[in-house]
Amino acid sequence: MEGLIGRKVGMTQVFDDQGRRIAVTVIEAGPCPVVQVKVPETDGYSAAQLGFDEQKPSRLSKAQVKHFEKAGVKPCKVTKEFALDEGEAVKAGDAVTVGMFDGVKYVDVSGITKGRGFAGVVRRYGMAGGPMTHGGHSKRRIGSIGARDLPGWVEKGKRMPGHMGNVNRKGRNLTVVQVRGEDNLLLVAGSVPGPKGGVVIIRKALKK
Amino acid sequence: MIAKAIDKINAEQVAKADAGKTAPEFKVGDNVKVFVKIKEGDKERVQAFAGTVIARDNKNGNSATFTVRRISFGVGVEKVFPVHSPYIDRVEVERSAKVRRAKLYYLRKLTGKKARLREA
Repeated sequence: MEGLIGRKVGMTQVFDDQGRRIAVTVIEAGPCPVVQVKVPETDGYSAAQLGFDEQKPSRLSKAQVKHFEKAGVKPCKVTKEFALDEGEAVKAGDAVTVGMFDGVKYVDVSGITKGRGFAGVVRRYGMAGGPMTHGGHSKRRIGSIGARDLPGWVEKGKRMPGHMGNVNRKGRNLTVVQVRGEDNLLLVAGSVPGPKGGVVIIRKALKK
Repeated sequence: MIAKAIDKINAEQVAKADAGKTAPEFKVGDNVKVFVKIKEGDKERVQAFAGTVIARDNKNGNSATFTVRRISFGVGVEKVFPVHSPYIDRVEVERSAKVRRAKLYYLRKLTGKKARLREA
């Protein structure tokens, strides 16, 4: 299995085997039931659709309820497709647990970042802004946005104030510190996008 | 579930660090000797750092630390140790002092006789 769906629990610290303190993010990962198996004959590719987080059937459409019923699993809030490993065979109804990350050194974790609303350019892009004192009148303003006659317009993609956060972001090559099978927890070094309780997708690192 | 999982990890860390250790209680103002395990190649030895505890942070949590200050060759040296570090062998209290503050940061500005603490 390529990855798993989880929930960010929060952060703490643990000591590694060299006695160093490591800041870790605790992720409640799975267990995720296989809701549907996609096969090349009917779907054109092979993958497994996993579910996470139980949902009341009354909150879903009839079509969705039947979709889960067909697999013989409880309805889920989140579903996501993952590629299968070479030669891996799964069937609907199987549960995938954090155990799949045993022996995996690095993972990519993606989630939806905290929304910051309409943010200025200092917060959004780390621009310096103007002087706060000495009669500064452009304290947190953007400054110049271009020249005059040449080119006579503002460059496309010029960084300006606007909505910040609430977008999908991925933390790449995060070290797996601990896999706790009995608690369904995964400890990953460093931070992970999103608030506590936010849904995250954990995948085996693509580039390591 | 959310907070409990983290509490469990923290408690586990603390338990692991304190297993087999007679952790002596030490307070701010105490003169202590901290024995730290140091790895040199594949050999391990214990080195002591003696000084005054000037701060304890985060009380009993997994991330609790304490700061030890000493004057070494006329230069003030401070080291921050995690209380539950597996690399702290033991802490010995040599002398306790009566202090009226939780953090003795004022010692940084004092030298010589003025930097003494009243014995408890």
